[in-house]
Amino acid sequence: MVSEPLLKIEVKSLNVHYGSLQVLKDVTLSVNKNEILGVIGPANSGKTSFLRVLNRLIDLTPDVRVRGEVHLDGINIYAKMNAEEVRKRVGMVFALPQPLPLSIFDNVAYGPRRHGLHHAGKLAEIVEKSLKAAFLWDEVKDRLSTSGMQLSGGQQQRLCIARTLAVEPEVILYDEPCSGLDPISTAKVEAAMFELKKRYTQILVTNNVKQAARVGDRVAFFLMGELVEIDQAGRIFTAPRDKRTDDYVTGRFG
Amino acid sequence: MKRQVESAIEKFILLNGVACIFFVVLIFLFLAREGLALFKTFSPLDFLAGTRWYPISTPPKYGILPLFLGSLIVTLGATVISVPLGMACAIFIGEIAPRWLREILKAGVELLAAIPSIVIGFIGMMTLAPWVKYLFHLPTGLTALSGAITLAFMAVPTIVSIMEDAITAVPKSYRAGSLALGATHWQTIYRVVLPAASSGIVAAVMLGIGRVIGETMAVMMITGNAAVIPTTILEPVRTMTATIAAEMGETVQGSEHYFALFAIGLVLFVISFLINMTAGAFLHRERK
Amino acid sequence: MKISPQAKEKIAFLVLGIATCLVLIPVFVIIFILMEKGAQAISWEFLTAKPRMGMRAGGIFPAIVGTVYLVLGTVTAALPLGLFAAIYLVEYAKGNWLTRMVEVAIVNLAGVPSVVYGLFGMGLFVIFMKLGTSILAGSLTLAIMILPVIITASREALSTVPQSFREVSRALGVSKWQTIWHVVLPNAISGILTGTILGVSRAAGETAPILFTAAAFYLPKLPQSIFDQCMALPYHLYVLSTQVPNVNPKIQYGTALVLVGLVFFTNLVAIIIRARFRARKQW
Repeated sequence: MVSEPLLKIEVKSLNVHYGSLQVLKDVTLSVNKNEILGVIGPANSGKTSFLRVLNRLIDLTPDVRVRGEVHLDGINIYAKMNAEEVRKRVGMVFALPQPLPLSIFDNVAYGPRRHGLHHAGKLAEIVEKSLKAAFLWDEVKDRLSTSGMQLSGGQQQRLCIARTLAVEPEVILYDEPCSGLDPISTAKVEAAMFELKKRYTQILVTNNVKQAARVGDRVAFFLMGELVEIDQAGRIFTAPRDKRTDDYVTGRFG
Repeated sequence: MKRQVESAIEKFILLNGVACIFFVVLIFLFLAREGLALFKTFSPLDFLAGTRWYPISTPPKYGILPLFLGSLIVTLGATVISVPLGMACAIFIGEIAPRWLREILKAGVELLAAIPSIVIGFIGMMTLAPWVKYLFHLPTGLTALSGAITLAFMAVPTIVSIMEDAITAVPKSYRAGSLALGATHWQTIYRVVLPAASSGIVAAVMLGIGRVIGETMAVMMITGNAAVIPTTILEPVRTMTATIAAEMGETVQGSEHYFALFAIGLVLFVISFLINMTAGAFLHRERK
Repeated sequence: MKISPQAKEKIAFLVLGIATCLVLIPVFVIIFILMEKGAQAISWEFLTAKPRMGMRAGGIFPAIVGTVYLVLGTVTAALPLGLFAAIYLVEYAKGNWLTRMVEVAIVNLAGVPSVVYGLFGMGLFVIFMKLGTSILAGSLTLAIMILPVIITASREALSTVPQSFREVSRALGVSKWQTIWHVVLPNAISGILTGTILGVSRAAGETAPILFTAAAFYLPKLPQSIFDQCMALPYHLYVLSTQVPNVNPKIQYGTALVLVGLVFFTNLVAIIIRARFRARKQW
C-alpha cells in the first residue's frame, strides 16, 4: 500500500512585483516531503524569485510586493512566522559558491554560533556532521582552520551546502548551484543532493535541463513568471502536456 | 525579545544618521541666533554695506565690506593660481604620468593635504613674505598676494584629487574611439576627456574655492590683517575668517561686537552652504 | 609656420609636467626647511620640558600632551557617531528624502569653515552647555568637524563588502544587525580605521576650532581632567610665531616640525593598516 506523500510546502496564488514589474503570476504548486523538485525555465522566467520567496530572502529586495500564500507544514510563512525563523528552516545555496572570508570550520559554524550555540564540543560535532553530509569531510578534515576561500569551486559549493545544513533546516533551496562548476564537481554536488533526500525536502532551480532530469523527482517549468506545468520528471521530459514545455526541453528555445 | 533588540538597534542607528542633519541645523540656528542679535542695535544695511570695520571706536562700526573684499581678493588670487596648477597636475597624474610616477605624485599631493594649515601659514610667513616684500619693494610682505599664493597651495590637493577622480572616471572607450581616429593623446585629452569630465572639474574648482574661503589660520598669519578695503593685491588685507579668529578672544559674551562676529560666521556659513550645494549638484550630475 | 599635432602634444605635456613640478617641489621644500631648521631645536628637553622664560626657552611638552588629549577625545566622540551614521546610510537607509537630507547634511558639514566650527563650539559647548573652555568642549567641536571624514570613509569601506556576504548570512536566518556586526564590520574595519585616523590627524593639526573652545595660551601645569583647558601644538605654534615677540625661530621651527611629524606619523599608521589588511583580503 502506497501512502500519500506529505505536503511540505504549499504555494497558493503567488504574485510577486518588483515595483511595477510583475515577475511571478498566480503561481500555485506544492512540494512533497523528501522529494527533489527541479525548477527549469529560460532566463527571466521568475525561477530565482520563486526560490527567494520560499525562504523570504526576497524581503531584502527593495520595492518588492508579495501577494498570495506560502505554507510551510501548513503554516503561512508570511503571516504567522518571522523571516529569521523561516530562513532557519528553509536553507539556501546560491548560484556562485559564496564562502565567507573565514576558515572552513568557522564557515560551517557561523550559523549555529549566530543562533546562540557556543559550546566547542557541540560545534565540532555539528561541523563534522554537516561536512560529512555534504561529501566534503574527507577532503578537508585535516585543514579545517584554513580559509574557505582557498578551496576549489566545487569544494566551496559543498562547503556552502554544509554551512546550510549546519543550521538544521528542513528544506534546502538551490539556486543554480552548479552553474560555475565543472562536470566532476557537479556530479559530487548531485551525489550530495541524492544522499540528502533521506532527511530533507529540496528544490533545485537550474538552467540545465539535463540536471533537472537527473536529480528531480518532479519538475516545474516556468516561463515569463508563469508556472506552465509541473509533473513527474519522466513525464515532463517525454510527454509534456504543454507545447511550450516540449519546445523548451527539446532545446527549441531558451 | 530578539526582535525588540533588533528594532531598538535600528532606531539607534537611524538616530546617528539623523544626527548629521541635526548638527547642520544646530550650527545654523546658533549662528543665526547670535548673529541676528546684532541687528537689534545695528542696522543690517550698515553691516552688509558699511565700508568700515572699527569695532572699538565710539560709536563702533561693523561694516563687513572691507572684510568681505579681503576674503574675495585673496580667494580670487588663490583661485587664479590654484585652478590652472591643480588642473595641470590632475591631467598629468591622471592621463600622462606612468604608473610608478603617478603613485609618487599622488603621495606628494596627499602629503601637501596633510600639512596643517598653521604650518603652511608659518612657513609662508617666514619664507614667502620676505620674498614678496623684496621683489615688489614693499614696506611689508604680509599682503593679499602672499595670502593668495599660500592658500593656492592649500586648495591644490582638493582640486587635484576631485579632478583626477573625474578624469579617470571617463570611460576608456571614449579615449580609444578618439585615438583610433588618429587624434594624438593630447588632442584626445582636451577634446574628449576634459569635456566629458567637465562637471567634476567644475565641482573640483568650487570645492577648492570653498576650501580657500574657509581657511583661517594661515590667512591670518600672512595677509597682514588690515581691515581696509583693498585697492591692489600688494596691500595687507583682512579676511572674514581671520577677523573672527583674531577678535573673538577679546569680546565680551553678549556684546554687540560678539554678535557682529557671529554675524560674520553666519555669512561664511551661508557662502559655504551655497558653494557646497552647487558643487554637490555638479558632482551628482557627473555620476549620471 | 604650422606646428604639427605631435609637436603640440610635446609642448602641452611639457607645460603640464612643469606645472606639476611647481605644485610638488614646494611640498618638498617645506618639508626640507622644517627638517633642517627644526631638527636643531629637537632635543629630549624640548620634547619633555615645559616652556620657560615666556615660552622663549624650554620645551613644548604640555602642548604635545594637550594635542594628544584633544585627539583622543575627538576620536572617542566621533568614531561611534560617524560609524553608526555610515551604517545607517549603507545598511538601513532607503532611497527616500530623509537619506537625501542626511547626505546633503554631510556634504555641508564637510564644507563649513573651521573657524565657524570654533564659533559654534564656543556657543554650544562652552557657553550654552556650560562646559567652559575645556578639553571636552574642544574635542566635541573637533569631533563634529571630522564627522564627515569618518562617515565618508566608513561608508566607502562598508559598501565594498560584497552584497553576497550579507545575503549568505541572512539566508541562514541570521538577523540584520547580527549580520552587520559579525560579517560586514569585520570585513570593513580596515577602511573604517584608516578613515578615522586620517580624520583624527586632521583634527590634530587644526587651530581655529580650538581657539575659543579648548586652547590655552600658557598653562603652568598639565590638565588634570577633561574639564580643564590645555595647550595644543598648533595653537602653540600660532602663539610663538605671532603673539610672543623675539622668539628664537629655532623653537618655532621645532614646534612646527613636531606637529608635522605627529600628523605624518598618524597618516603613516593609517597607510600601514590599509596595506596590511589589503594584503590579507581574500575577495
